[in-house]
Amino acid sequence: MSKEGLLPGTTRRDFIKTCLAVSAMLGLPFSMVSKVAAAAKASDNRPAVIWLHFQECTGCSETLLRSTHPTVSSLILDLVSLDYHETLMAGSGHQAEKSLHDSMLANRGNYILVVEGAIPTKDNGIHCKVAGKTALDSLKKAAEGAVAIIAIGTCASYGGLPSVGPNPTGAVGVRDLVKDKPIINLPGCPPNPYNLLSTVLYYATFKKLPELDQMGRPKFAYGRKIHEHCERRPHFDAGRFAKAYGDPTHAEGYCLYKLGCKGPATHANCSVLRFNDVGVWPVSIGHPCIGCTEPDLLFKTAISDKVQIHEPTPFDSYAPVDLKDKGKGPHPLTTGVIGLAAGTAIGAGVMMAKKLPDGQEKGADHDKPE
Amino acid sequence: MTNPSRRRFLKIVGVTGAALLAGRTARASEARHINNETVGMLYDATRCVGCKACMSVCKKVNGDYGSLSYEQASFDKDNLWDAPNDLTGNTRTLIKLFKESEREWSYVKYSCMHCQKPSCVSVCPVSAMTRDPETGIVDYNKNTCIGCRYCQVACAFNIPKFQWDKANPQIVKCDLCKSTNLKTKGVTACAEVCPTGAILFGKRKDLLEEANKRLRENPGKYLNHIYGAKEVGGTNHLYLSAMRFNKLGLPILNEEVPAEFSEKIQHTIYKGFIAPVALYGTLCFVAIKNMKGHGSDKKNSTAVEKGGSDHGSR
Repeated sequence: MSKEGLLPGTTRRDFIKTCLAVSAMLGLPFSMVSKVAAAAKASDNRPAVIWLHFQECTGCSETLLRSTHPTVSSLILDLVSLDYHETLMAGSGHQAEKSLHDSMLANRGNYILVVEGAIPTKDNGIHCKVAGKTALDSLKKAAEGAVAIIAIGTCASYGGLPSVGPNPTGAVGVRDLVKDKPIINLPGCPPNPYNLLSTVLYYATFKKLPELDQMGRPKFAYGRKIHEHCERRPHFDAGRFAKAYGDPTHAEGYCLYKLGCKGPATHANCSVLRFNDVGVWPVSIGHPCIGCTEPDLLFKTAISDKVQIHEPTPFDSYAPVDLKDKGKGPHPLTTGVIGLAAGTAIGAGVMMAKKLPDGQEKGADHDKPE
Repeated sequence: MTNPSRRRFLKIVGVTGAALLAGRTARASEARHINNETVGMLYDATRCVGCKACMSVCKKVNGDYGSLSYEQASFDKDNLWDAPNDLTGNTRTLIKLFKESEREWSYVKYSCMHCQKPSCVSVCPVSAMTRDPETGIVDYNKNTCIGCRYCQVACAFNIPKFQWDKANPQIVKCDLCKSTNLKTKGVTACAEVCPTGAILFGKRKDLLEEANKRLRENPGKYLNHIYGAKEVGGTNHLYLSAMRFNKLGLPILNEEVPAEFSEKIQHTIYKGFIAPVALYGTLCFVAIKNMKGHGSDKKNSTAVEKGGSDHGSR
């Protein structure tokens, strides 16, 4: 697929809108929009992208097809030069293989490799083959000439669904196989297409990779937990929880934590960016987050399992400035009784003391002369 | 024998008392110095929206260093929230709500006031509480502390808290993020996250200037008083509010410095160690005089064992 410039269907307005959205998402100042736009427009600047599919469901590609700002056509034709993508490319068979080979040769050391799906390692990787080559071989060969690898989706990032125990194919993520290339993980099942777009455009604009967290995820997208910006968060803070699916509390839109929502442990921008350009995401339609961007949560914990909250925040109520915190004090009767008892004791003590010293002193006087 | 010594004793008491009073009057005239170059915070209760971002960030930032932990409420079996009701051994700062009526209410932030002359530092017998003369930060050293909790009793604002529930307890109070946020970012965590600018961090003189500016520019909005500017000799944590401060749980205090007052008494008594030496010298003198009398008695009695048994019976 070669470049054609701006498609007739893409207006400049749409184009700037996209760049604006991307700049905002990357946390760049407004003045950077023009720079992003310039980088996106310069035809010779478009990064070549090779997209490999392994053990996956193509859901990550499907989500990309559903992005409309930009449309997938403007993305793959204007913003990047998508040279090989098994689902989207026109060619097939040997023609497709040639396209892959040519692009890898022509852009050696410059192309971005996008990997979708886990890589099986058992039995020399025979469980997944494309064009007679195992996924292991394809990845190794494609990774050699790549400037960076984007592992899109949870399968490519950490192994995901194919790697769930007993893991019959020995599936692993890209980071377990490729050690000498920068790897950007964009986990999610599926990940948000704008996170991919932003990562690619970040590279096109600044010629460097975005800042990553410990899991290799770009911080601009995965730096915060879903819980932090969830629309149901006020319900959480106030202690209003959906008790069961279909329950009135569920219908009221209460917090889904007690149904097993993994939002408090999941790093992603779903609650802000949302999906399908219509502002929906799982939690907004009443399903708890399943933690698909976290290797320890998705497919490792049951959907109904509650996650531990490690950094609790204050409850939605306030401690009162209580000026009458002293208590009501003792009852007068109590004071009286205690006073009487104390007085009696003191009186008795005095009487005893009056009697005692005489005897003692006498005794002492007796002792001394002896 | 008894009469002269008693007389002398009373004399000494009188002299000591007179010296003490003289010392007091002499020292009271000394001018107090408020160091406005030290750092502190200005909390504007009218700007606070009660989001508690300061509370959560304080525990996040100082949790490990300050040995803070989350407080579980009795109704909260899943441990979802941090629910302190007051400053505790787990909580350094807290937002409280004072509600007089539906229309009259105010939030208030509690944390260490970082006094110019802190009572906690004054009373600490082992100098575990310290005040940095340059920054003005009142800090606590857990390795020196003997756990007497005298600082708790001494504080006019009821700030230092003891970790009653821990095996190795500490005193917990705000240290202006001295070892955490202030060190790394040059600002306290609460002031950094405050979304409305209700908490300002800076030098005391700048904060006072800002507070005075707000009072000037918004007549009628605030109570015309900067809490902490003069109280107990000045604090580095300043407050602005539309409510009377004692309603917000901040005690009405005058400009006198309790720590200075008590130190005057103590330092006068023990100045140069003269008074104790004089007192014990007198006591010794009395004792020796009395011993002479006993000695003449003993000369009369020949047996030494008798004296021993005498001591034993006493």
